[in-house]
Amino acid sequence: MLANLLPNVQWETMWAATVETLYMTGMAVAATFVLGVVLGLLLFLTAKGNLWENRLANTVIAAFVNIFRSIPFIILIILLIPFTKWLVGTMLGANAALPALIIGAAPFYARMVEIALREIDKGVIEAAQAMGASTWTIIWKVLLPESLPALVSGITVTAVSLVGYTAMAGVVGAGGLGNLAYLEGFQRSHNDVTFVATVLVLVIVFVIQWIGDIVTSKIDKR
Amino acid sequence: MITLEQVTKVYQAANGAVTAVDNVSLEIREGEIFGIIGYSGAGKSSLIRLLNGLEKPTSGRVIVAGRDMARVKGRELRNARQEIGMIFQHFNLLWSRTVRENIAFPLEIAGVPREERQKRVDELIQLVGLTGREEAYPSQLSGGQKQRVGIARALANNPKVLLCDEATSALDPQTTDAILDLLVDINKRLGLTIVLITHEMHVIRKICDRVAVMESGKIVEQGDVLHVFRNPQQPITKRFVKQLVEPEETEEAVSHLFGHYPNGVIAQLTFVGAAAGQPLITQVVRQFAVDVNILQGKISQTHQGAYGVLFVHIDGAADEIGRALDYIQDQQVAVEVIHDAR
Repeated sequence: MLANLLPNVQWETMWAATVETLYMTGMAVAATFVLGVVLGLLLFLTAKGNLWENRLANTVIAAFVNIFRSIPFIILIILLIPFTKWLVGTMLGANAALPALIIGAAPFYARMVEIALREIDKGVIEAAQAMGASTWTIIWKVLLPESLPALVSGITVTAVSLVGYTAMAGVVGAGGLGNLAYLEGFQRSHNDVTFVATVLVLVIVFVIQWIGDIVTSKIDKR
Repeated sequence: MITLEQVTKVYQAANGAVTAVDNVSLEIREGEIFGIIGYSGAGKSSLIRLLNGLEKPTSGRVIVAGRDMARVKGRELRNARQEIGMIFQHFNLLWSRTVRENIAFPLEIAGVPREERQKRVDELIQLVGLTGREEAYPSQLSGGQKQRVGIARALANNPKVLLCDEATSALDPQTTDAILDLLVDINKRLGLTIVLITHEMHVIRKICDRVAVMESGKIVEQGDVLHVFRNPQQPITKRFVKQLVEPEETEEAVSHLFGHYPNGVIAQLTFVGAAAGQPLITQVVRQFAVDVNILQGKISQTHQGAYGVLFVHIDGAADEIGRALDYIQDQQVAVEVIHDAR
């Protein structure tokens, strides 16, 4: 029945592509989270009136973030080819997609982290200082816990975009569902393959959003 | 306990320098409740933040518990701050933590081991009267309960000084009184020095031993609360004191009565401390051939004794009225004749 409706779909290939997409998204989300939080913290802390106020550092980080956030992803992949070749050794496969995915998504997420941190009541930071907290203690015990719901909903949005990015990366040889839909579906006119790949991408996106919403509402005690 | 020597704080704003604290010298004794009153923008927020090093003075010395808060840095500053608790107008609790975890926060900062922390938190919850609410999050608490958490948190590391930054300004009158009672209780029980800033005379009256009045960055008047109440020198102080003892409409209401009393005098009697407890009016009527009619009055209890104002109409022979007024003055009661129809 299914085989009649979708004559060209090879389920093992489809499953392998799904795993590749999940792998790329998962790795990229993890790295983006870490890098984005670090960059976002630096953006926040070096801003005017904050703990590490430093105009030069703030300008440099903000410029870096803005530049990489503005480059269209498909162009970023091409621009990063030499870097990726040097780092991973090849342009093909899931791992080769990771540098571009992370560099494309981390600055985007860093801005969200910065906004989340700015939402924290300044009075709470002042209270922690008045208790004798060090900057590290304030980061770990005030800034991150108090902004956690916003950090989680931010990484959810970023993860959804990253699924889209992996599909684009797939077109230039990174594997995954995007790669399959392009090579098998588009170039060989197997529309059923494109259709199934699209459905699977949608399922992944919905699951990510669903998990993100549950976690956010669980940790938000406001 | 706290000494400020010629402390000045200047902020560089976009449109020039702003002097928030202007050459202030203060001495706050151990174990007292010291109030600083002023309207918003008077510089009291900056002043209280100088005491725990959240702000650094532009010049002058700020000595708290033997340390110069203007000079200590890094770890020493952080240790010094653990000996100075602070509570805030908007409580500044961490919403991601329960009551128990909020109170444990300063103990975590101080590196107190877990078990000891639990024990101390239990004590504090009992001290501030929050038993049963340990696992609640701040969003589930009322304003008064939030401030109780704030107080417990501020006391966690057994500080020597408690700073209160408009701690009751966001609370309703009843809750304000409950929190003030708690502060007095803590002051008595723990011998803690309390410094508070406020714009409400009510707070000064209710709990302070001494008061400083602040205007445009300067301390314009200071002293024992009763002394300042009895004898306000500066216009701003008079305005604050007036706000407390006579409702806005008093003067108007009394002047309205002038027509009803074609004879005698209308006088304002100001009682301070013990004098408020004497049966003064009875004495006057017994000793002098005068009639006394009470028009309006208000007595406030302060931390150090009573303070009040009475408007009376005194009628009789002119010289008898004069002698009665002299007698009243002799009883340490200030007399001001506001309408004389002798």
